[in-house]
Amino acid sequence: MPETTPTPVIEVKDLVKKFDGKTVVNGVSIHVNEGEIVGFLGPNGSGKTTTIRLMCGLLTPDSGSGQCLGYDITTQSEKIRQQIGYMTQKFSFYEDMTVVENLDFVGELYGLANRARRVNDMMAQFGLTPRRQQVVGTLSGGWKQRLALAASVIHTPKLLLLDEPTAGVDPNARREFWDRIHDLASKGLTVLVSTHYIDEAERCHRVIYVSDGQVVTRGTADEIIDQANLSTWVVRGDNLETLAHALEKRPEVRQVARFGRSLHVLGTDAARLDALAEDLRDDPDHDWQRADTTLEDVLIDLGARNDRAAAP
Amino acid sequence: MINLGVNWRRVRAVMVKEFIQLRRDRLTFAMMLGVPLLQLILFGYAINNDPRNLPTAVLVEENNQYTRSFLNALENSRYYKINSVLDNHRQAQRKLETGAVTFVVTIPAGFGRDLLRGDRPQLLIQADATDPAATSNAVAALEGISRNAFRHEFRGPLASLNAPPPAVDVVIHRLYNPESISTYNIVPGLIGVILTMTMIMMTALTLTRETENGTLENLLSMPVTPLEVMLGKVAPYVCLGLFQVTVILITASLLFGVPIVGSLLLLFLVALVFISANVFLGFTLSTFARTQLQAMQMTFFVFLPTILLSGFMFPFRGMPMWAQYLGEILPLTHFLRMVRGIVLKGNGVAEILPELWPILLFLVLVGWVALLRYRRTLD
Ligand SMILES: Nc1ncnc2c1ncn2[C@@H]1O[C@H](COP(=O)(O)OP(=O)(O)OP(=O)(O)O)[C@@H](O)[C@H]1O
Ligand SMILES: [Mg+2]
Repeated sequence: MPETTPTPVIEVKDLVKKFDGKTVVNGVSIHVNEGEIVGFLGPNGSGKTTTIRLMCGLLTPDSGSGQCLGYDITTQSEKIRQQIGYMTQKFSFYEDMTVVENLDFVGELYGLANRARRVNDMMAQFGLTPRRQQVVGTLSGGWKQRLALAASVIHTPKLLLLDEPTAGVDPNARREFWDRIHDLASKGLTVLVSTHYIDEAERCHRVIYVSDGQVVTRGTADEIIDQANLSTWVVRGDNLETLAHALEKRPEVRQVARFGRSLHVLGTDAARLDALAEDLRDDPDHDWQRADTTLEDVLIDLGARNDRAAAP
Repeated sequence: MINLGVNWRRVRAVMVKEFIQLRRDRLTFAMMLGVPLLQLILFGYAINNDPRNLPTAVLVEENNQYTRSFLNALENSRYYKINSVLDNHRQAQRKLETGAVTFVVTIPAGFGRDLLRGDRPQLLIQADATDPAATSNAVAALEGISRNAFRHEFRGPLASLNAPPPAVDVVIHRLYNPESISTYNIVPGLIGVILTMTMIMMTALTLTRETENGTLENLLSMPVTPLEVMLGKVAPYVCLGLFQVTVILITASLLFGVPIVGSLLLLFLVALVFISANVFLGFTLSTFARTQLQAMQMTFFVFLPTILLSGFMFPFRGMPMWAQYLGEILPLTHFLRMVRGIVLKGNGVAEILPELWPILLFLVLVGWVALLRYRRTLD
């Protein structure tokens, strides 16, 4: 059997969106294949939410075009709406209605043939059954997220757009959540998920990193680490803060990331960074070791670059 | 683009949702019943004022210098404005029923002869007393008018006719509300005012609430069309409005003993059309407002001219022409006429039809604007 070429579920090109003359999304192109889980990362205000809204037709792009599920994002958003599940960043269900009333409402709007059963299934799956009669406004943050996720998949969409779905959710629930996402993806669901959590980025098949409305880097975790071309040393010991300050002034050091008992020292020129390390490792207070660059190191570096660019 | 293919299941879903939210919101619910009752009791007291130039028709069975003098005197008083001359009583009746005129003055045959003989001829004035505030001053002025009307004629040998009693016997027939009870008029008017305020406000708030709470983003991302959202959102308030009408009518008849002459069914039908017009207006406002506060402000912006120009606060015919033209645009103006007609005059479909279509036209226009304005995006 010949290998099937992957079908693109999201295929958008050069999206531009301006608000009051300020360019918020500046030429973003995104390609996502069926069954993929793609992480959408970037600092606050980098345009993630806006891009997602453009893709599901909630905003009209100033220029650029594309399609979702084979439908044009500007002219066929009606069709897109039928088949996507969109979980907004800000909780957007009715706080004065109960869990079951909210799910019933969503189920009816999608015209589910077996709504009552489907609502019960969803509540069971997401552990919401004991809270079915609870008014949503009184649910804790994590439970609201679960409700929102349940509502976004109730109609078995083909594409899930999740905007920071696990913000404020405890680690256990997050794990369950990701297991569920992977489970759905294995059945053909495509997922684009924005997040600020690095461990979640690592759970995605691919990651797209945006900054200032532009895609800075994209690919699998390994590809992103490779592309960043950073070398890393880890320093352990006492009095790390003084060392960190000293290192930050060195031109060969690109970035110093502080951890509880260690520092990650990053640089783009491996040879010069190694030389620096050789110089400094004589100090018995500090233990220098070469380390593999992690996705986290790269993402922190990308974030820091963004902050430096924003600084006056 | 407006898609008129309505999926009733989705309309019902939105409607059920609105009902649930309405039911949870106890305070609003209480206000929607409390406010009408409070207003009913407060407004139960008459609002008095002094309208002039009230439309008057004359039925002249004899035309000579005396009848002309009397009609001149009527006009000079500035209370009466003669705008038509009629041939028979049927015409007169019709004019009063439709509200085209407030008064019909009938001058009988033999008026001049009886006058000169000192026989005090009878002069019939039929007044539409539905709104006693509007007519009472004009009626009160009649005595003075009839005393002074013939100053120029009664000279020389006729001067003795100037002595009291007045040379003419003015007979006043107050129609529809013979005892001139103001509450009879206020109560039907109040139905309209209360409906205007609560209906516009409640619906103006529904969509802006969704914008403010962020739930609109979710709603827009689901497959529900603007028309479906509009119909579903509006329906519960229409029901609530009809409920208000019922409460006001029952209270009015228990508290003030307001009689309802005409058909209740017709009254509710008219109310339904009127409520729909207001509810769509509210929905349209909500497409302009960004916050609930703005929606409230817009409601009052519409509400104030509505009570001032519709003939609720001031008798319609007493207003300057430009205000009357503006007033004709307002649904409340037409609703007031219909309700007064049905409740106090016992008017039927034929009489109210001319007042019904302006509201229907308003409804269609406003609904159309709402659909154009309701955006399917967050831009
Ligand atoms: N409706 C709007 N009107 C004006 N500016 C907007 C609007 N929506 C977003 N912005 C601006 O666009 C920029 C990007 O916003 P967006 O919400 O897309 O960022 P984000 O990447 O999702 O950020 P976060 O991680 O904080 O959620 C921000 O500067 C924001 O102020
Ligand atoms: Mg965001």
